[in-house]
Formats: sequence, structure tokens, C-alpha cells
Amino acid sequence: MKIAVASGKGGTGKTTVAVNLALSLQDIQLLDCDVEEPNANLFLQKSVDRVEDVSILVPQIDDDLCNCCGDCVAFCQYNALAALPNKVMVFESLCHGCGGCKLVCPEKAITETGRNIGYIEKSSGNGLDFYHGILCIGDAMASPLIQRLKCYADENKTIILDAPPGTACPMITTLKDVDYCILVTEPTPFGLHDLKLAVEVVEKMSIPAGIIINQDAEGYSEVEEFCKSKNIPIILRIPYDRRIAEMYSKGIPFAEELPGWKEKFREMYEQIKRIIE
Amino acid sequence: MKQLAIISGKGGTGKTTVTSSFAVLANNAVVADCDVDAANMHLLLNPQILSKHDFYGLSVASIDNQLCTECGLCKKHCRFDAINDNFCVESFQCEGCGVCKYVCPSDAISMETNKAGEAYESITRLGLLLAHAKLGIGEDASGKLIAVVREIAIRMAEENKADLILIDGPPGTGCAVIATLTGVDLALIVTEPTISGIHDLERALEVTSHFNIPALVCINKYDINEEMAREIEAMSNSHNAMIVGKLPFNKIPTEAMIVGKTVVEYASNTFTSNIEEMWSKVKEVLKL
Ligand code: SF4
Ligand code: SF4
Repeated sequence: MKIAVASGKGGTGKTTVAVNLALSLQDIQLLDCDVEEPNANLFLQKSVDRVEDVSILVPQIDDDLCNCCGDCVAFCQYNALAALPNKVMVFESLCHGCGGCKLVCPEKAITETGRNIGYIEKSSGNGLDFYHGILCIGDAMASPLIQRLKCYADENKTIILDAPPGTACPMITTLKDVDYCILVTEPTPFGLHDLKLAVEVVEKMSIPAGIIINQDAEGYSEVEEFCKSKNIPIILRIPYDRRIAEMYSKGIPFAEELPGWKEKFREMYEQIKRIIE
Repeated sequence: MKQLAIISGKGGTGKTTVTSSFAVLANNAVVADCDVDAANMHLLLNPQILSKHDFYGLSVASIDNQLCTECGLCKKHCRFDAINDNFCVESFQCEGCGVCKYVCPSDAISMETNKAGEAYESITRLGLLLAHAKLGIGEDASGKLIAVVREIAIRMAEENKADLILIDGPPGTGCAVIATLTGVDLALIVTEPTISGIHDLERALEVTSHFNIPALVCINKYDINEEMAREIEAMSNSHNAMIVGKLPFNKIPTEAMIVGKTVVEYASNTFTSNIEEMWSKVKEVLKL
């Protein structure tokens, strides 16, 4: 079973939920798909080993064979190729690796080579298999790295995926083929605004979803009204509590310290299981 | 005209709280909300849209099932796994490369233009000008839309002789942040003294150093972990980034947000005077 933890907006407590849930259950695999800011291991403090360098294919042009016809340049939708009078230049960081230029080149002057976009690390032990992907700083190709990371999913386990914030392509790539999505939000206007976008995604992808209200406090009931109107259950509330914020700041998963929380996460998990079945 | 980008590495550190307050404190600024994936500034500034520009992203493939013979060539060549077993294109997945159309022997595939979002020129309830945008869900062109928002902001600033563009940046350290930072005069990084805050601050400082952009740091909720706040100070120093503000853990930003106001309009106390002091320091660095 694959459960994604997502949120329209960053900083709502997505990673906190993913980590605490993983630590409350047995036989878990946790994949940190937030490859621009993979923070889950700051809370797990596991020693990790690099398992793979991830690259995408980019073209390499043989200047001897290239006659500068410009067909590849015309084909590339991402402006990754530019024709100079006597040469075609490749801008590797813009290339999405579609392979089209190689197909269209009439001179067979194009071959492909790997460009590194990041790497994957893992650790295991204590009933928790952990993987994360780390994207090279400034790189635009988060989705291919996430796709590669998801290949490590072990279907015999319960898999928790910590999704990147937002509702762009990397979040969608993470959510593809999951059985359930937990959306973490805060009871504020910003939280609600971004929750609505995230709900639009799970609806379009037909993924059953439940909502966790983090930093729950009185004063703003619109989030609840929205959940009701959309018929999405609120599966957990985490209170606004300075102790939780302080533990978070030190990298301590609060379910390890505050009594009763592991049970709450387990109950939530049972509820999710019932919904899926 | 100067450009100041407010970024954060990690999301949810209070970036928009700071930017919106600066917008009120600055006399003559244009605001650009470049967090196009989750734009929130409009919730505080309540803009009235003056003009709207459609933003087209990459096109999306579409298969005509009358012509499709299900030969499977498109599926085989699509590197983005965007064609499903029923020979329909999963539009979320499609990157618009056009390879399927090129290989299809039956001419069954066309590339359709795709409106990926909208950019707006607006005037806010405070009379401030705001450039902002909305990116459709699942779109992958945030860098390009950010460039459009920034162009609009620059044009508005020129037309109105504004001396500053205040940019609210996206979270992360990917291409969206780079599109936000290119060519700015100064970056203010809003962080928090948490283990993830400090980790992401380090990545953000690497980005600003890499592009030679002078950076300042604001520590939000500094009192939640003062030891870590000191670590942030040391890290910022080693990157030549001055700490311009330390804001305490406080409910005011949330309360202000609920009534749709910026904090400096909502209250007047030590929290807001901290923000005002920070603004004077930033102004000094920008030589405004
Ligand atoms: S592989 Fe695709 S994206 Fe890359 S240069 Fe060739 S046509 Fe452009
Ligand atoms: S345009 Fe490219 S990404 Fe889209 S379906 Fe065709 S081959 Fe796949």
C-alpha cells in the first residue's frame, strides 16, 4: 500500500507527519520525494549509503557528421539546442531528455550520454527502510529523479512517500499510482488557499484523500467547512503546541516523546486502511 | 530601480509575512509574487486585477482514436510514460516533447496548445501595484511564468517611477528560485532555527553565493531554539550574510492573516517594530 503525504504549501508539517507515521508503524518504507529539500532524515538521523547516481540522457553531437541542417534545433521544444553557423550547441541543463533530436537527425550525428541530476541514498534497520533523493542545487529535473526513487518501492511493505510541496509536476509525479493521499494543512487563510489547490490535484487524479490539520487552534473554521463541503474526512488534528514546535526545531519526532501519539498515528493508519479496502 | 528578492529555502518560514510588511513600509515599491505555485500575497493585499495575460506552457499531445491503429510506437518512444494502455495521453505526465507525433505512422497525434496559467497586473487595496500569477496544477513551467511576472513588475515600476521591486520568492533551491534570483540586487533569506530551517538556509546561501548575489538573513521564531539561532548566525557570518532581523515566535502573523491584513497594519508592538527596524536596515543596504 502506498500512502503519499502532501500539502499545497510548504512548511505545514508534511515531513513531520511522514516521519512520525513511519515511526509509529512496523514494516515501513519511507521515500522522501522532496528532492529539492530532503529533510526527513534530519529527523530520523540515519546513516545513509549512496545507492545510485541519477542521470538523464542528453544529446551529444558528432561535429564531423553534423551538417548543420538544423532539424534537431527545430524539433527541440525546450530550446536546449542552438544552431551556430558551423556547429550545433547543446544546453544540457535545459534538455528534458526526450530523445527527439536523435530521432530526427538525418545524418545520425547524435548519440546520447548521461547528465547527472542528483543521487539516491538509503538506510535500513529498525523495521524502517528509508530512501531519499537529492537533486543537484538549481537543477530543474526533479521529476526524473523522483521517478527513479520510486523504483525502489517495495510492494510488500507499507510505503510512505513524503511529497514535494506545491501542486506542480514533481508533486504529481510523486502522487502517481499511490493508494491514498494525506494532505497536511494549517487552519489559516494561506493554508486553506493552498489546500484547495492540492484537493484539486487529488480529485483530478482520483486518489482518495484525508486531511490532517496541523497547528490546530480556534479562530479559523473555514478549513473544516471546506473539508465538509468536499466530503473529505479530517483524519487527525495536531494541536498548536509550543512543545511540538520546540521538538521539531531540534529534529525530534514528537510521537517519540509525547505519550499517546504513536497510538493516534496507528489509529489513523487503520482508518486509512479501511477506507482503501 | 532596485530589486529585492525574499526567499526562504524551506516553505512556511514567514516569507510572505515579511514581504507584505515591507510592501506597506516602502513608499514606492512594486510587489512581484513569484511563488506562482502557491501564490498567497493576494490574500493579504486584496488586489483588483487591471489586466490579465494568458500564459502558454508546453503543448500537450492528443491522440485521435479514429486514426490510431494501436501500433504502440508512440508508447515505446515516449520517455515520460505519458501514453496509457488505452492509447490516451495522460496530460499531467506529458512534457510536450512531440516525439510521439513524430513517430506515429498514422498521423493520429497532434500537439495542442495548453494554457498553463495566467499572469496579472493588479492594484491592491493599499494602492500598491502587484504583479502576480496563477499556475495551473501539474504544470512544469514555473520558471518561465516567474520570468513573465518579473517582466510585468519591471514594466509597472518603470511606468510608475517606482524605486524598488519587492519579490516574494518560491520555496526550494531549484530552477524556480534561480528564475527569481537572476539579476536581483539583494536577497533576504527568511529562515527559522530548526534543524530543517538551517539545512535549507545553507542550500539557499549556496545558491546566492553561486550567483554572487549579496544576501541578508532574517531569523523568524528565533526564540523557539536560541542555540540553533546562534548556529544560524555563525553560518550566515561565514557566508558574509548579515542578520538583519530576529523575530519572536508569535501569533500575530496568523491573526493578521485571518483578518486579511499585513502584520504592520494589524498591530503596533515590539513584533512589528522589529519588522520596521529590519526594513530600515534593508533599505540602508539597498541605498534607498
Ligand atoms: S533530447 Fe529532447 S530535450 Fe534534449 S536536446 Fe534533444 S530534443 Fe531537446
Ligand atoms: S509529446 Fe512527448 S511526452 Fe507527450 S505523450 Fe508525446 S512523446 Fe510523450
